[in-house]
Amino acid sequence: MTKLIKDGAFAQDDFALLADDAPLPEDGGALVSLARFQKERDSLLARNAPIGVKLQASESPELLGVDVNRLSLIALEFPRFRDGRAFSWARMLRTRLGYQGEVRAVGDFLYDQINYQHRVGFDAWSVPDDFTIEQFHRALQEMTDVYQPSADGRKTIRDLRALR
Amino acid sequence: MTSPHMYRYDEFDARFVAERVEQFRSQVARRLSGELTEDQFKPLRLMNGLYLQLHAYMLRIAVPYGTLSSRQMRKLAHIARKYDKGFGHFTTRTNMQFHWIRLVDVPDILAELASVEMHCIQTSGNCVRNVTADQFAGATAEEIEDPRPLCEIIRQWSSLHPEFVFLARKFKIAVGATHTDRAALQWHDMAVQIVRNDEGRTGYLVMAGGGMGRTPYVAHVMKEFVEREDILAYLEAVLRVYNMDSRRDNIHKQRIKILINTIGVEEMRRRVEREFAELKAMGTLQLPAEELARITAYFAPPKFETLPDAMPQGDAAFENWKKTNIHAHRAPGHAIATITLKAIGQVPGDISADQMDAIAGMMDAFSVGEIRVTHEQNLVLPHVRQKDLPAIFARLQALDLATPNSGLITDIIACPGLDYCDLANARSIPIAQTIAKRFADLDRQHAIGELKIKISGCINACGHHHAGHIGILGVDKKGVEFYQLLLGGSGAEDASIGQIMGPGFGEHEIADAVERVVEAYLIQRHPGERFLDTYRRIGMAPFKAAAYREMEAA
Repeated sequence: MTKLIKDGAFAQDDFALLADDAPLPEDGGALVSLARFQKERDSLLARNAPIGVKLQASESPELLGVDVNRLSLIALEFPRFRDGRAFSWARMLRTRLGYQGEVRAVGDFLYDQINYQHRVGFDAWSVPDDFTIEQFHRALQEMTDVYQPSADGRKTIRDLRALR
Repeated sequence: MTSPHMYRYDEFDARFVAERVEQFRSQVARRLSGELTEDQFKPLRLMNGLYLQLHAYMLRIAVPYGTLSSRQMRKLAHIARKYDKGFGHFTTRTNMQFHWIRLVDVPDILAELASVEMHCIQTSGNCVRNVTADQFAGATAEEIEDPRPLCEIIRQWSSLHPEFVFLARKFKIAVGATHTDRAALQWHDMAVQIVRNDEGRTGYLVMAGGGMGRTPYVAHVMKEFVEREDILAYLEAVLRVYNMDSRRDNIHKQRIKILINTIGVEEMRRRVEREFAELKAMGTLQLPAEELARITAYFAPPKFETLPDAMPQGDAAFENWKKTNIHAHRAPGHAIATITLKAIGQVPGDISADQMDAIAGMMDAFSVGEIRVTHEQNLVLPHVRQKDLPAIFARLQALDLATPNSGLITDIIACPGLDYCDLANARSIPIAQTIAKRFADLDRQHAIGELKIKISGCINACGHHHAGHIGILGVDKKGVEFYQLLLGGSGAEDASIGQIMGPGFGEHEIADAVERVVEAYLIQRHPGERFLDTYRRIGMAPFKAAAYREMEAA
């Protein structure tokens, strides 16, 4: 089982992950695959409830087209922790596509990747049940400074040098 | 003493490296406690340069763009004595490797390195590796400018870049600033050549898609001229396209060279331009002139004494050393001195702790406290006075480091091979030693002239066999080590991929085969023609006939 960390704390998961052939619930958030979203776009967007799409590592958020900003949740999958494509997808969502909704990390990722995920624009994590909130905060604090600008808008070491 | 002519950490760099040490200390503790499996620990340790090899852990220490201070060299000597077996090994990525390390010691070693502004960050793993440069940077009159400030800017930008630490494969970057290419630029995943455009403005030519391994490619030019302030945006654009679009389903097809040669360089350029335009418009990666100037100031050239050009004369041994190991310096009365780590019969790139300490003393005495590591596994004293050369030579002789063979047939690149590496199919070191002994006669080496032999113990090509004038690749054939010969490769500005000659040779045949190839060259060559040029003129056939002749007779 997994649980959800959002905005720095454990949170209720308001989305039900639906298989491609599962019936749509009457209400409540629904998380569907890109294939299902593309097939049932109109009925999904017409629902009076939040909708999310779960993208595989090989699926660019650009495949969502202009619909991207009508989604409340985009879950980016790490099929194996070595597969780092979702780092670029998250950054694309936040910068190129201006997406403001939830970007959730799901799948096989490591404690040691959470800080990088946070930097590129993830704000939610589906973590194992034994994962603690202290671990989460420690992961974000191991490195104080950063050299690169990214989607988190943090001041870089170059910015800090200029402020001295 | 810290050389005042190289980058020095400020409080931000120092804290970054110190925190990284503590992070790894905690990762090691989690591994030792069993919280992390070896599979989970592997990418973490690799990003800190730690490999599990045949006999022990191997730790690879970054030597950014090959520049070391004497203080750093002494620290490496200390680590060799305290934590290893008293020696280290310089690699083709200009890093230093220690092959007999205990996991529990690694956090302490990293802390020792941090105390002299060194680290192992990203010396392995699927991320941006140590940035390399021309070993004559800042010392040769040929260059447009010193390439190391840009290297340092790239080092900082690529250090724990959140988007690019889990790339499809490793990613190697080099920077050069001269027409003569001493850094094998075209064999890199990405390379920057500092150029001047028609208007006299300095900027950057960017190449991508070079690489060795089982599918060798020479890099394509991605963009002829990138403005200075745009360079990080352009490099990030290339990496982003690579990270998004590379295959992830076959480890042998995941380098950027495969992506570019699959979609074509035009399509790659188009995708990169799109990202580049967006990054430029955002502006956050723009490199202001003041920042470039600030980093460049660290590398300010030493105040060279005003001296006449007056190369000292000496005995035959000294004259032979001068002939190959001394190169022209930008300042009159000065010279660049190459110390090859290729004494006949030694392991290419190996150096003892005592030699490291002695060289550190020479760096302070003769070369403003600074040394360079080359991708050919040698060292370079970049700024020496010509009048000091006899004293330098005498001290090197006493250390068994005065081998006069830079660029000659015994100046061989070899990977560690099956003696250390668990990826290897065959041994490299004994082959290098045997060939060096075969050609030990110096008159014969001079008669042969420039001839670069490069040996890899497996298809991963850490010994750059594709780029050797003569390349040797170790293969395993039913449990027996065999060696394939390749001819015609080059890692220089005339980069080319060596061609495989034919069936491999046994361990005891390979030196004979190389010798027959060299003899064929001596017969066929035009006056003054290098081996590589003779090969390019007459092709494989005469060499192949010579190499297999004795074998057929036998």
